Amino acid sequence: MNSIFLTALIFAPLLGILVLLFTPKTNVEAIKIVGFLATLPSLVLALIAFWQYKAGAGLEQFAIKHEWITFGNKDLTGEIYGSQVYQPISFELGVNGFSLVMILLTAVLSTLAAIASIHVKKEWKGYFILFLLLQIGMLGVFAAENLLLFFFFFELTLIPMFFLIGKWGYFEKESAAYRFLIYNGLGSAILLIVFVVLFTKTGTMNIAEITAMFTGNSDAMFLGEVSDDLRMGLLIALLVAFGIKLPIVPLHSWMLKVHVQAPPSIVMLHAGVLLKIGAFGLIRFGVGIFPEQFDQLAFILAILGVVNLLYGAFLALIQTDFKMVLAYSSISHMGIVLIGLAALNEAGIQGAIFQVVSHGFIAALLFFLIGVMYERTGTTDIGKLGGLAKAMPLTAGFFLVGAMASLGLPGMSGFVSEFLAFMGLFNEMPVVAAVGTLGIILTAAYLLRAVLGMTFGTKAAGYGEKVVDLRGVEYIPVFAMLFFIILIGVYPSILAQPLQDTINAIILGIGG
Amino acid sequence: MDLETLLSFDWSVMAPEFIILGVATLLSLLDLFLPKKIDRRLLGWLGFASILVALGFLVGMYDKDPMQVTTILYETYRLDSFAMAFKTLILVGAAFVMLMAISYEPKEGLKEYRGEFFYLLLLGVLGAMIMSSSGDLITLFVGLELLSLASYVLAGLRKKNLQSNEAAMKYVINGGIATAITLFGMSYVYGLTGTTNLQEMWITLSQINARDMQYLLVIAFMMMFVGLSFKLATAPFHMWAPDVYQGAPTPVTAFLAVVSKTAGFIIVLRLFVTLFFPTRSAEGSSMLFSMGEFIAVLAVASMIIGNFVALRQRNVKRMFAYSGVAHAGYLLVPLATVNFIFIFEAMWFYLVAYLFMNIGALAVLQVVTAQDDSEDLSRFAGLYQRSPLLAVLMSVFLLSLAGIPGTAGFIGKLSIFVGAISEPTNAYVLASVLILTTVVSYFYYFGIMTQMFFRPAASQEKIHVPVGIWITVFVCALGTLLLGILPGLALDMFGSNFDILRDIFETDN
Repeated sequence: MNSIFLTALIFAPLLGILVLLFTPKTNVEAIKIVGFLATLPSLVLALIAFWQYKAGAGLEQFAIKHEWITFGNKDLTGEIYGSQVYQPISFELGVNGFSLVMILLTAVLSTLAAIASIHVKKEWKGYFILFLLLQIGMLGVFAAENLLLFFFFFELTLIPMFFLIGKWGYFEKESAAYRFLIYNGLGSAILLIVFVVLFTKTGTMNIAEITAMFTGNSDAMFLGEVSDDLRMGLLIALLVAFGIKLPIVPLHSWMLKVHVQAPPSIVMLHAGVLLKIGAFGLIRFGVGIFPEQFDQLAFILAILGVVNLLYGAFLALIQTDFKMVLAYSSISHMGIVLIGLAALNEAGIQGAIFQVVSHGFIAALLFFLIGVMYERTGTTDIGKLGGLAKAMPLTAGFFLVGAMASLGLPGMSGFVSEFLAFMGLFNEMPVVAAVGTLGIILTAAYLLRAVLGMTFGTKAAGYGEKVVDLRGVEYIPVFAMLFFIILIGVYPSILAQPLQDTINAIILGIGG
Repeated sequence: MDLETLLSFDWSVMAPEFIILGVATLLSLLDLFLPKKIDRRLLGWLGFASILVALGFLVGMYDKDPMQVTTILYETYRLDSFAMAFKTLILVGAAFVMLMAISYEPKEGLKEYRGEFFYLLLLGVLGAMIMSSSGDLITLFVGLELLSLASYVLAGLRKKNLQSNEAAMKYVINGGIATAITLFGMSYVYGLTGTTNLQEMWITLSQINARDMQYLLVIAFMMMFVGLSFKLATAPFHMWAPDVYQGAPTPVTAFLAVVSKTAGFIIVLRLFVTLFFPTRSAEGSSMLFSMGEFIAVLAVASMIIGNFVALRQRNVKRMFAYSGVAHAGYLLVPLATVNFIFIFEAMWFYLVAYLFMNIGALAVLQVVTAQDDSEDLSRFAGLYQRSPLLAVLMSVFLLSLAGIPGTAGFIGKLSIFVGAISEPTNAYVLASVLILTTVVSYFYYFGIMTQMFFRPAASQEKIHVPVGIWITVFVCALGTLLLGILPGLALDMFGSNFDILRDIFETDN
C-alpha cells in the first residue's frame, strides 16, 4: 500500500511537459525527441507492473491512498458529525487485471503514436505538450480508484483532444473539435450527475466501496433511499454517458468527424484508447455497480450491439473514403463489445474485453498506415488510390494484414474476441446472435473491397510519381502493433490469465 | 453616548475599516494638493498597500477565540466569522482591482481623474466591508449605499466616452429603483418587529405565529430579494449588467463583477438567513425553506438566460456580463436549497474561485483590448502568437469558468452540486440545470480559446503588459489552479476558522 509506483507511471509524461516548456520553439528535432522519450517511462513502468503481475505478484503493492478533499461535514450547529456523513475524498490509485491491461495498451499506443507524430506538420511544441497531457489523462482514467478522480482524468482527456483536433486536424477541424467537445461534454455532465448521486447516497467516492454497497456485499448503510427505479435511472444515464464515448449508434456522429478530421497519430489514440474508456466504464460501473439492472437491460443492449454492428458495417460498405470506412468499422466493432457485455456470461464478457484490447491495436495500426499513406499521396479516397501495391508494396501488404486482423482471421486477435463474444451471446440469445453474425460477413466484404480497391488494379492518377514506401522509424509502430495482434491471436492466455480475476469478480457480481 | 461609553468599545475590531477610510481620505487630500506633474499612480500603489495592511489586520483577527463574537456600537457592528470570511474575499478582490486600476490606460487618457479613481474604489470597498460586518438594518443599508454610490461614479469615470456615460446613467437609475425597493421591503420587517437590530428582529420574528403576518413577511422577503437581486445581477433583474459592464472602465467592470457581487451575496445571506430562517411559515416550517422555490425559479432563469444569451455576444465584455449572470445563478442554487451543511461553505468557496478566475480573465481582457476601443471577440485572434503566456493563462481562467476539473471553478460547482442533491434537499432539477447549462457555456468560453489559438493574428505586434496586470494574472492563475488541485487549502481554512451559523444565532452577548 501507498507506493509511488502508479503515481509515477501516470504522471511521468509531466516531466516531458516540463522539459518541453523550456525548449525553444525552433529546436524541432529536440522537441520531437523529448516528446517521444517522455512517453517511455510510463511504458517501461507498465511493462514492469504487467511482468510482476504475470509472475504472481499482488496488485495491491502499486496502490496509493491519500486524503484529498473534505467537504460538507458540519451540521446545523456547526458540529462535526460523529461519524462523518461524507467520507473525505481521497487521492487513490490502484489497478486490477483489466485496468492493468488497459494501462499497458495505453502506454504502448502512446509511444507508438508519438512515433507516428513525425507526420505532424507544425507547432510541435504545443502539439507534444498537449499529447503528453492527453496521455496522463488516459492512463489516469484506468487507474482511478474513486469516482472523482476518474472524472478528473476523464475530463483531462477532453481538453487536449479539443485542441489537437482543432489545430492540427484537416479541413473541417474546428467543427469536428466542437462536435467532440459538446457531445463528450454532455456525456461527462451526465456522468458527473450519476457520480454525485452515488456519492450522496453512499457517502463515499471509492468505487470498490460503492460497488460493495450496491451489490449488497457491504455492512455500510445507504444515506438515502435508493429505489430500484433510481438504480435503473442511474444505469441508463451511465449507458448514455459511456454510450457517447463508445459510441452506441444514435450517439455516434461526433466520432466519425473526429476520425476523419483529426491528425492520424491522434486518431490512433482516439480509436485505440479513448473509445475504450466507454467500454471500460460500462464494465466497471454499469455491470459492476448495477448488475441486476444490467441484466434487465441485457436484451436491449444486445439489440443495440447488433444494430451497431450492422449499421456500421452497411455504411462502411458504401464509403468512398478509406477513413470513413474505418470510422464506420470502429462503430461496427464496438457493437461486438456491446454484444459480449449483453451476454453477461464468462465467455461474453471475456470477448468484450478482448475486443476492447484487440481493436485498440488493430485500429491504431490501420490509422497509422493511413497516416503514412496520406503523407505520401495526399488523399485517402479509395478510387484515387488504385494500384497502390506497385508504388508502396509494403504499406499495401500491411494494410491487407491489418484488414485480415480486423475481419477476424483466426490466428489474429480479432478472431479470439469475436469468437468469444458470439459464443457468449449464442448461449443466451441465439436469435439475436444469429442476426449479428451477418455483420461478420459484411465486415469481410467492406474491408476487402476497400483494401483491395486501393492496393490492386491499375495505378490511378490520384497521386504523384514519387511515392516512397515505409521507411526508417515507421517500421517500429507497424511491427510493434502486429506483434501484439498476432501474440494475442495465437496465445490468448497472455491476456486471459491476467483478466481472469476481474472477470471472476464481474461474474460473481452478476450472480452467475 | 458619552466619551466613556465611546472609549469602552473595542475599536480594534474595526481596524481594517479605519485603515481603508484613513487612506481614502489621505488620497483625496493628496490628489487635491499634489502638483499636477506628479504621477497619480503613486496614489494607487498607496491604496494597494493600504488594502494589504487591512487584510493583514483582518487575518490577524482569525486567531481570536472563534466562539467569541465581538459587537460594538450597540450591536450595529459585529465581527463574527461570517464577516471575517467574506471580508477577506472583498479585500483580496479589491487588491486585484486596484492593481488593474493602476495599469488602466484608456485611449483618451485618464490623467485628470486617476486620483479619484483610487479613492472612490477604496470607498466602495469600505462600503462592502461595513455590509459584511453589520448587525443592523441601518448599517447594512449605509454600507450598501456607500458601495453603490462609489460604483455609480466609477462606472462613468471615462467622462469623454459616450458608452461610459450611458453606463453610469443606467446604473444610477436602475440602482436607485432597486435601492428603493429594498428599503421598502426592509420597512415591512421593521414595522413587524419594531427594531432595526438583526438580533432582536429574528428573536421577535421567531415568536410570530399569527398567520396574518405571513403575507406581510412574504412581501418583505420578495421586496428585499428583488431589490438585492439587482446587485447580484440575477435574471430577470440583470438588464443593466451588459450595458454597464461594457461601458465601465475594465477595472470597474471587475469591481462590479466580483467585489460588488460578493457584497450582494453577503447582504443576501446575512439578511435572509438571520431574518427568515427562525421564522415559521404558515405550514410551520422555516420560511427560508418555503421561499426556496421562488429563489430556485430565479436561479434557473439566471442560469438559462445568462448562458444562452452569452452565446450570441460578439463583445467580450458583454459576454462576461452574461456569464456573470449565469454564475450568479449557480450561486443562488445553495440559497434555494438551503442545505445548511453546505450553504456557507459552497457559496464562499465558489466566490473565492469566481474572484480568481473572473478577475484574471478581465485583467487579460483589459490588456488585450487596450489599444483601441473595440472589445470584439476578434481582438483575441492569434493571442497565442502574440503572447503565448498570456493566452495560456487566459485559458486557465476560461477553463475554470467553464468548470473543467483541475481548476477552482470545478470544485466550486461540485460543492454546490453535491449540496443541491444530497439529503434532505434532493433538488435534482435545479442541479441538472446547473450541470447542463454548464455544458452550454463551453461554447462561448471555448469560442474565446478558438480565437486565441486557432485564428491568425491581425498584427504580430507584441502586447504591452503592465507589471500590475502581470501580478494580477499570475496570482489569479496560481489561485485558480492551486484551489482546483488542492481545494483543501481553502476548505480546511474555512472549516476550522469559521463557524458562521452559530455566530449568527449567538444570543448570549
